[in-house]
Amino acid sequence: MAKVLIIGSGGAGLVSALSAKESGAEVIVASKTLPTRSQTSMAQGGMNAVLASDDSIESHIADTLRSSAGLGDEARITQMCEKAPEAVRWCNTIGLPFSRNERGEIARRRLGGASAPRACYAQDYTGLKLLHTLFDQCLKAGVEFRNDRFLLNLIVNQETNRVLGATFLHIESGEVEEIRADSVILATGGYGALYGKHSTNSVQATGDGLAAAVRAGVKLADMEFIQFHPTALKSSSILISESARGAGGYLLNGNRERFTDELAPRDVVARAIHEEMSKSGAVYLDIRHLGEKFIDHELPQERKLAKLYEGIDPVHELIPIKPSAHYSMGGIEVNEQCMSSVSGLFAVGECANHKTHGANRLGGNSLLELIVYGRECGKNAAEYGNKYPVPVLDNTQSIKDTNFVRGVMYFTNQIDFYQKQEMLANIFYNNVGLVRDDMGLKAVLGAIRQMQKELSFMGPRDKSKICNTNLVEFIEFGNKIELAEIIVVSAISRVESRGAHYRSDAPERNDRMFGAHTITWKEDGVLCADFIQ
Amino acid sequence: MEIKIKRSHSEEVQTYNVELENVTLLTVLNHIKTKIDSTLTYAHGCRSGVCGSCAVRVNGREQLMCEYKPSEGDTVEPLRNSRVIRDLVVDSSSIERFDRAGLTWREKAKEDTVSAEEMGRIERQSDCILCTSCFSACPVYTVNPDFIGPFALTRVWRYVNDPREENSDAKIAAIQINGIWDCTLCGECVPVCPSGIAPKQDIEMLRMKSAMMGYQDPNGAIAFGGGLDFGGVSF
Repeated sequence: MAKVLIIGSGGAGLVSALSAKESGAEVIVASKTLPTRSQTSMAQGGMNAVLASDDSIESHIADTLRSSAGLGDEARITQMCEKAPEAVRWCNTIGLPFSRNERGEIARRRLGGASAPRACYAQDYTGLKLLHTLFDQCLKAGVEFRNDRFLLNLIVNQETNRVLGATFLHIESGEVEEIRADSVILATGGYGALYGKHSTNSVQATGDGLAAAVRAGVKLADMEFIQFHPTALKSSSILISESARGAGGYLLNGNRERFTDELAPRDVVARAIHEEMSKSGAVYLDIRHLGEKFIDHELPQERKLAKLYEGIDPVHELIPIKPSAHYSMGGIEVNEQCMSSVSGLFAVGECANHKTHGANRLGGNSLLELIVYGRECGKNAAEYGNKYPVPVLDNTQSIKDTNFVRGVMYFTNQIDFYQKQEMLANIFYNNVGLVRDDMGLKAVLGAIRQMQKELSFMGPRDKSKICNTNLVEFIEFGNKIELAEIIVVSAISRVESRGAHYRSDAPERNDRMFGAHTITWKEDGVLCADFIQ
Repeated sequence: MEIKIKRSHSEEVQTYNVELENVTLLTVLNHIKTKIDSTLTYAHGCRSGVCGSCAVRVNGREQLMCEYKPSEGDTVEPLRNSRVIRDLVVDSSSIERFDRAGLTWREKAKEDTVSAEEMGRIERQSDCILCTSCFSACPVYTVNPDFIGPFALTRVWRYVNDPREENSDAKIAAIQINGIWDCTLCGECVPVCPSGIAPKQDIEMLRMKSAMMGYQDPNGAIAFGGGLDFGGVSF
């Protein structure tokens, strides 16, 4: 029986766990938090699927392809859209309580960039209810959970380029642990938390899996593409779902006038808001005309969040909003089997780049992607592990990581990493955000290189061995710095504008020079980048 | 503003002075951790009330730190009925343990149309974020540490009451011992739920369903409306 190690317990991790288990594998899910506490719980809008004759799979493919701005892979998008109805039916079978229409069918709503109402939803708690339903199924299937495990590094045999397992910090005990497996799936989520208070993401979305992958020599793709959600609450960056606009919500400028098509793709709407904010100072979301009854039934979470974090009731008042970092399109480059450039190492969900979103993701396609590819990935990883059982090999990774965890306690603490982290978030939002240019990007790169040099003058202040979250946050900061360099180098290299990547010094799309994926990797510690079709 | 936080290394309450107005308790703790005392240990995630990581007790009552706005002199403590790992972080293994005991999952489903009203029956129960506030507030654990308890029983009711579920016999059987009859119906779990769920009501529904299926309270207590005494608790 193959042993499959899944790192990360959000939607993508749990779907692959179920699928690997179904394929007969022994499955371990290791995660830095509890399964129900991951980023997936925050997904609100829905899951795209064509379920009736008022819509067509061809339109779903065309909408996704158009939004991807030349970086979406048509074959994979087709595969995802064709499997979407089955994915939704599967979720229904395992107990996801989808909202229903008046005919008793799974209800669908329209999200931005979609030519028809296509997102199946469970009020505005789609991700939460999906995640909990998946967790329950994992308990039923007997998946083994090892929570409280913070990923340190992948264990890779350099000679054969084969993954052997991974090392973790057991947060509670402070000990470094090694888990070996026949195949490993990274399902560790995106890197939105790099933008700190300018992100809709959980503070946990620090890109740990991607950073570990880079250190192991894995290739990443299109890291400069980060989606900004048009409507986050202005003072806290807490997400107000696209379904608010899908249901008929308006965007108003400082003069209370509408200024854009509210249901254009996210990159277009976010930039329109950005421009309007610099002109008239503020932008609001207006859902007052939808009425209290509708808001309470379809958008209960939005009302609660706006009251709590902005101090306003959207039934009677305008919601002040701003665009915030929301989704990482970039990620680990994977092939059709979801395998990365390291043998036996798979990736799925937001940490992977399945080339289904390209330069800009459509709302409702991320939950869909994690179901479709989660099921593929789990099965493939189990089959791979069966075919090529992992050799028993000595490896020094665990010793190195144990030494690191001990050594980091002696870092000098002359520089406060929390301050640097806040600064990184601010300069990223302002220069690696919605509008970028060469000068700003290079200035940020300089600041990142400086922070890399300063890391050993930072370190955790808390010296406790037991449950040291200060240590965990410091390693997370290190991971952010690792990825920040890659994102900025990719953004500097792409001298054009496409999807979420907009360069004010090169506002046109240039297919001849840049109609390709930005592939990045590290060789002997040196960052390499190339454009590859 | 003065905030008192119970620390685990000293078993004592530590007082922090913070100059912040009209923010959530989580914002206050983040401020303390990043600016004043990086040893202060707590769990958090989404900061918007859906991930269930940041439940604590404030002045003796369960709250999500990301949804609670603190006042002068508030005392913050970890949840009850769980082992404290450090400061406000508690062992959450009870979630897996009691969910497994209650078989809280979909067994076998039929794929039919379901009306919005029927689906609405489990809307509230499926809002659960597993923050375990109800578990912390439950007094039964002082006498029965194996009590399957409020969050898991609400979850059982979610699946039993799901209009798509075909057979829930095993679930009903699984919650007869250390389950629904051990609840005292005191209702402590109801006001502490950040998602507005009433586990007590769900337990009453499960009792009714069990009675219809021929099960009886093994302690001979009245099946519903048992009041505040501990008559329904098995020792």
